[in-house]
Amino acid sequence: MSVRPKTSARPLPWWARWAGILGAVGTAATVWLGLWVTPPDRTQGNLVRLVYLHPPIAWVALYLAFGLAALSSLLYLWRRTRSLFWDRVAAASVEVGVVFNALTLATGMLWGRPTWGVWWTWDARLTSTALLLVLFLGYLALRRVPAEPEVRARRCAVAALVAFVDVPIVHFSVIWWQTLHQGATVLNANLSPTIHGSMAWTLLLGFVALTLVFVWMVAVRYRIEVLADRTDAAHLEISLEERWSEAEPTSSDVGSARPPSQVGT
Amino acid sequence: MWRDALLVAGKDLRIELRSRVALWQVLPVAVLFLVLYAFALGPVRSTLASAAPGLFWLAVLFSTVLATQRSFAIESGEGTRDGLRASGIDPAGVFLGKAAAVAAELAVLQVVLWVAMSLLFGVHVHTVWLAVVASVLATIGLAAAGTLYGALSAGLRVRETLLPLLVLPVLAPVLLAASRAWAGALSGPLSDGVSWLRVLGPFAAAYVVVGIVLYGPLLEAG
Repeated sequence: MSVRPKTSARPLPWWARWAGILGAVGTAATVWLGLWVTPPDRTQGNLVRLVYLHPPIAWVALYLAFGLAALSSLLYLWRRTRSLFWDRVAAASVEVGVVFNALTLATGMLWGRPTWGVWWTWDARLTSTALLLVLFLGYLALRRVPAEPEVRARRCAVAALVAFVDVPIVHFSVIWWQTLHQGATVLNANLSPTIHGSMAWTLLLGFVALTLVFVWMVAVRYRIEVLADRTDAAHLEISLEERWSEAEPTSSDVGSARPPSQVGT
Repeated sequence: MWRDALLVAGKDLRIELRSRVALWQVLPVAVLFLVLYAFALGPVRSTLASAAPGLFWLAVLFSTVLATQRSFAIESGEGTRDGLRASGIDPAGVFLGKAAAVAAELAVLQVVLWVAMSLLFGVHVHTVWLAVVASVLATIGLAAAGTLYGALSAGLRVRETLLPLLVLPVLAPVLLAASRAWAGALSGPLSDGVSWLRVLGPFAAAYVVVGIVLYGPLLEAG
């Protein structure tokens, strides 16, 4: 086979490269500051070091990623801004968001076990985060269903918006569920509002670093999406060409897929 | 839009009345759930009675998945969907009609399920109006959200497995709120139950509006 699919695409834009580099440096600095420089907490001891990681991860997953996904799905459905660009941005950010959402739950459980004594509690925030993960796993499952790019894009945009409408309802219902059911939640002391000094700066750095990592990941994932679509199209073209070239001039079984100009080649 | 909705709802309900799939398949499965719950939790009446509101709505939730799947299975034959699109009926009307038909089926199902539950589990409703209002709001929400997702997964080869994954997390707040409201109506403090209507109402309103707006693009997607 001499024909190769044209899979070259524009390389990552400069801002995405810089976001990646700065995000990696920032994350490394957060880890260094969080583990060695900042002091242990008076009540939580060394466990407090998770505060530099867990809230920034949750911020990326719950606000940035799913917010961007909802916004770009909306822009896709709106006729004036309809373009596959928004569909791919939505797909990329949901995928990154699902990973960060799972990391949010994982780091939260790691934190919960030593501080509350349990891996899981039916707290409002935990429950709604877990439901959100399943909601957007459904989006990814829908995305994997083979379809024309436009059909898939529209279907997924609707699914993302319909899921997004549910987020505030889930949020408030589980809050009420908790307050009506079990009294005060154990999570109140989670993020001490009185952190300051090196701890506050490290936490801020963590937020900035992971936001940059998110930007970089979405840009890379977007590029992969473009390349995957192109590869699919190229493969289809190649297999059609091969089919035409191996067909006998008199055979009629592939006649419908064969342009008249190719007859007899 | 409303006239179209009535036409579509009438069509769906007529098909159900004639084919009786909902009657002889969905309904028995829902009642079967009650028996299975008793197997899972043990035959002690007090245990079953305290879990009754949640179990009732769990059965309704799963039946919603079955009912919406059925509602779009009748559209799948011989280009019915294209026919519906070509007929010039407003997509919002199609959505409202199909959702109304599902809601009517769910309402019948809930009545039967309730009778079965009060016989099998020995539970009684104390505040009838609260149970009825919660049911009506929950049913509208379930039917609207279910119809949206049914349309989304209609015609896909993987719909049987995909639809529950898509729709059940979305319906989770309805399960939560309707169960709590019914718990209030059955035995618990009344004010707790009433406050859950604040979840059921907005959920129903949100999904009816979203359905009216987004059903058009969804039908185009085919």
